[in-house]
Amino acid sequence: MTAILRKKTFIASIAFIGGMLVLALFAPFVTTHDPSRIDTSAVLIPPSSHHICGTDTLGRDIYSRIVYGGRISLSIGFIAVGISLLIGICVGSVAGYYGGLMDSMLMRVVDIMLCFPTFFLILAVIAFLEPSIFNIMAVIGATSWMGVARLIRAEVMTLKERDYVAAAKVMGGHDAWIIIRHLIPNAIGPVLVSATLGIGGAILVESALSFLGLGVQPPIPSWGNILMDGKSTLGIAWWLTVFPGICILLTVLAYNLLGDGLREYLDPRANN
Amino acid sequence: MLSYIIRRLLGLVPVFFGITLISFFVIHLAPGKPTDAQASLNPKVSYEARMRLEKLCGFDKPIHVQYAGWLKRFVVFDFGRSYIDGRPVSQKIVERLPITLLINTTSLLLILVVGIPIGIASAVRKGSGFDKGMTVLVFIGFSAPEFWLALLAMSFFGIALGWFPVSGITSLDYDYYSVVGKALDIARHLVLPVAIAAFGGLAGISRYMRSSMINVLGQDFIRTARAKGLTEYAVLYRHALKNALLPVITIMGLSIPGLIGGSVIFESIFSIPGMGRLFYESVMARDYTTIMGVLSVGAILTLLGNFIADVAYSYADPRIRLSEAKGA
Repeated sequence: MTAILRKKTFIASIAFIGGMLVLALFAPFVTTHDPSRIDTSAVLIPPSSHHICGTDTLGRDIYSRIVYGGRISLSIGFIAVGISLLIGICVGSVAGYYGGLMDSMLMRVVDIMLCFPTFFLILAVIAFLEPSIFNIMAVIGATSWMGVARLIRAEVMTLKERDYVAAAKVMGGHDAWIIIRHLIPNAIGPVLVSATLGIGGAILVESALSFLGLGVQPPIPSWGNILMDGKSTLGIAWWLTVFPGICILLTVLAYNLLGDGLREYLDPRANN
Repeated sequence: MLSYIIRRLLGLVPVFFGITLISFFVIHLAPGKPTDAQASLNPKVSYEARMRLEKLCGFDKPIHVQYAGWLKRFVVFDFGRSYIDGRPVSQKIVERLPITLLINTTSLLLILVVGIPIGIASAVRKGSGFDKGMTVLVFIGFSAPEFWLALLAMSFFGIALGWFPVSGITSLDYDYYSVVGKALDIARHLVLPVAIAAFGGLAGISRYMRSSMINVLGQDFIRTARAKGLTEYAVLYRHALKNALLPVITIMGLSIPGLIGGSVIFESIFSIPGMGRLFYESVMARDYTTIMGVLSVGAILTLLGNFIADVAYSYADPRIRLSEAKGA
């Protein structure tokens, strides 16, 4: 019974994520206005048939900005998680496979990074370099790989004792081949959950950075900086704050529910 | 128990130095210096004067020498002076720390008081309407940008309804209040920030509590407890809860860096003069000594939280400290 209902949220999440991706990919065809065209004759117009989510302080169409902002925010989510997967998988598989001194050194680094108030570090790095889209992706990725590393390490440590790994060794497979070809593909399951949750997390970090003025810089729209624009007009133009906020909320919610669904699917213990 | 505590404490020392090492290198290897605003960008300052200023701040030395110098001073609790106003960094932090600690510990307590019962009730009534409703609710708190929720709460509870003040930690006439009045005034100012911080952190604890409780309830000793005729209350609270709480202790320790990091956002939006705001201000001004000071204090707080969680865990679960003692 619960399995079916769980599936419903699961399917709804996938549908929502898919819909968002389609909108972002086909942005030029589904938007009604140029997202950066300033129109001083149409400043702060409430939602209407012409501007379905209203306009901002410069007369730009909010709906079009949200759709184009989706391209940026979703890319930040995907690429930041890609970077964190890359680092986490490398560190985790090397630590788990070789064990010993290598393992304890790498895991010490993981411990250190886990105790870091990472948002402080992200803030400092972005402020010192520059808040470019690439820097934001790289810094979020470089500060969020620890969970993945731990998961992969634990999986690799049990997998490497299996007979098929011994067989691969006997056949003359060298370490890199065994890790990449035989261990990582079998250890990837639990990582999927953390990657899915990570996409939502990265979108939230970008929006928090935007709030502090260190996110994606205008005029390029991102969900975070559209929302940021709404802060100063909160009392007079609710649509500037409400629409981008709901958009972030629903997207991150969809990724989190998807991750949660995957977790229950992959961990049958939680189901019975 | 004592030897376990000592071993844990010693284990924290290298982690702490690792954190300061990474912070120091990241901060100092980034292009630009705190002296730029006073020197390079000012056409009236000669090359020689710029070099003198950099030498005064120690920027002419190699970075590992600078780090060694920082460490030497840190050991005697000297964080140096701020590059902006020349005041001792330790003094700046001590002024700002109490309010940040107050907000974070209150919201952590609120998360526990609300999150644990939600987790238990969801686990017991797994699949019910209550379970699903709570799942959606905590996931919304977890998925919404915190500053967005703060903005909405400010405009609704603060401005439209006028129930709570929306900025600062004290009213304008704070000085005229009695001691009780002062405490109530601060409490009124902290309602919104604490409530929103707790709402965001609820998901972690309640979801872990739920899955850990479900796990425990499926085990043999629970069936035994039920089979020998114990009441449902005794089964849940005397047998299951104790075991289910264990993983939650660890999660609590791990959630501390997030809370500390989040204080930058809360303190900015609610204009609270705490450590998060101090960090933001010093980052924007490239005040290296203050940045390092705040990062170190943040790291100490996090490590302390993890340490308390570790000790609590080993106290609650004797298997941990016994197996570690055997291994060592």
